[in-house]
Amino acid sequence: MLGSLIRDKGREGRRGYTLPKFDVEKVGLEKVLPKGALRKEKPGLPEVDEPTVIRHYTNLSRENWGIDTNFYPLGSCTMKHNPRANEAATAVPGFAGLHPLQPEGQIQGALRVMHEMQGFLASVSGLPAVSLQPMAGAQGELTSILMVRKFFEDRDDTGRTTILVPSTAHGTNPATATMVGFESEEIGLDEDGCVDVEELRGKVDETTAALMITNPNTLGVYEKNIAEIADILHEAGAFLYMDGANVNAIMGRMRPGDAGVDVMHFNLHKTFSTPHGGGGPGSGAIACSDDLAPFRPDPVAEKDADGYHLVRPEKTIGRVAGFHGNFGVFLKAWNYIKMHGPELKDVTDMAVLNANYVRARLKGTYRIPYEGLCKHECIVQPPKGKKALDVAKGLIDHGFHPPTVYFPLVVKEAMLIEPTETESKETLDDFVGAMLELAESPVEELEEAPVNASTRRLDEARAARKLKARW
Amino acid sequence: MSVPGELQYTKTHEWVRIEGETATVGITEHAQDELGDVVFVELPESGRTLDAGEAFGAVESVKAVSDLYAPLPGEVVEVNESLGDNPEKINEDPYGEGWILKLRVSGEADLLSAEDYENFLKETE
Repeated sequence: MLGSLIRDKGREGRRGYTLPKFDVEKVGLEKVLPKGALRKEKPGLPEVDEPTVIRHYTNLSRENWGIDTNFYPLGSCTMKHNPRANEAATAVPGFAGLHPLQPEGQIQGALRVMHEMQGFLASVSGLPAVSLQPMAGAQGELTSILMVRKFFEDRDDTGRTTILVPSTAHGTNPATATMVGFESEEIGLDEDGCVDVEELRGKVDETTAALMITNPNTLGVYEKNIAEIADILHEAGAFLYMDGANVNAIMGRMRPGDAGVDVMHFNLHKTFSTPHGGGGPGSGAIACSDDLAPFRPDPVAEKDADGYHLVRPEKTIGRVAGFHGNFGVFLKAWNYIKMHGPELKDVTDMAVLNANYVRARLKGTYRIPYEGLCKHECIVQPPKGKKALDVAKGLIDHGFHPPTVYFPLVVKEAMLIEPTETESKETLDDFVGAMLELAESPVEELEEAPVNASTRRLDEARAARKLKARW
Repeated sequence: MSVPGELQYTKTHEWVRIEGETATVGITEHAQDELGDVVFVELPESGRTLDAGEAFGAVESVKAVSDLYAPLPGEVVEVNESLGDNPEKINEDPYGEGWILKLRVSGEADLLSAEDYENFLKETE
């Protein structure tokens, strides 16, 4: 049970320690602190004994529900399984004890990891140049579009004011375009759930700076016309940016650079499995064409006869992060890639197979808005009359974390399921069994869910309307 | 879903009540049902001039944030400030206390009759 707050558990004067008697004269705080720095009231800190502290936080930690305790169909979108070998790699003292201000000569190993990581991402993307600087996915997007803007500024091509964004895009795409100073314009979908190529053709002109595409898109559908889309943009002198949120579905099987993508970002923390609970740490490394390479953020790792160096790209947009980016994340991602080698494509294959297995088993009971094979995630809709939110809450009673619901926005009552590559058939069968049972459950019962969780259904609307950010 | 016969509608699910040169604008019962519980409404400043179809604000629900579009061109003469503290009025009374703004209409636009809007809802079902 979620009990009381720790500050309500104590008694005045209770301590978790005893100190020896003072052997120096006591000095009042007012003698050592300036007047303005003294509190008028006590700070209200919890006064508790050690076992109470330990039990309080241990019990709270047992309320955690995550990939380490249960199947988690949010997939790489939130966090897939993180092989523990990655942790061992970052715990090596030679890495863990580094300071970012150490001179190059002392950090050759770390620079080598960065240089090799740049090479790995170049080979996965099919694009020649890489920057590891951005600290997370949205910053990778921002960095990419800043580079696009600087490219056009550098050639005095100032008439390019628009970035095109498909209606299935993550909200960060139009937000990025706006932050960089472009207008964002939406492109609709064809009947397969892909970018409408004819609509795109009609909207691309000399004012277009780029299209931001996600492939596979947020419907889990592969953008089959990507090469044609790239041609349409290139003929107009514009760029094709690819949001790498869903690289888990294509790595080792398809290189975006080969399809005409000019710049893309990776979520190293998602695709290459590094733990990132509660907002970080992330890494939104980018890969780009030779045309955009001079504009990459400062610095990038390079190698010559004397060893590894940090170098400032010629026409850089500047720094986008302190120091060298999130080095711990590179190291774990480097380890993950080294462990898989060329068999990285097996990760992709299993992720896609698992999503299609779940989809095929739910089909018939759940509605499938887009026919055809999906990539690493599938979209289903509950039977008519049932709500995605109610099914999601019902899953909690069955011991599963709910998947993403109500996204993407273009599908009503969407449930977006991403099982990832590491789950066994037995786990998927258990999950599907729960989903099928919930589809048959009476609506009144579903509306009560969850009944087995320590907290019943939260009133999200009231929480948002009457927000209390302080106690 | 209620679609009052005396109002006019848009395909983006706003309703309009025209009285003289003033138009009162809100979102339809269907729209609030699709959105779910509304938790925040972003309103424009009074005095702002809008084109027909121009985005003037947004409604945020527990599911999503959706833009609001002006059904007619005109100047914003009044906004429903009470939605700031009570956005749930949009769910509870979309055609009444949940109104969003009033425009001084300066031109025309293609609006749907109640019957057309009901047919549009059936088509997009």
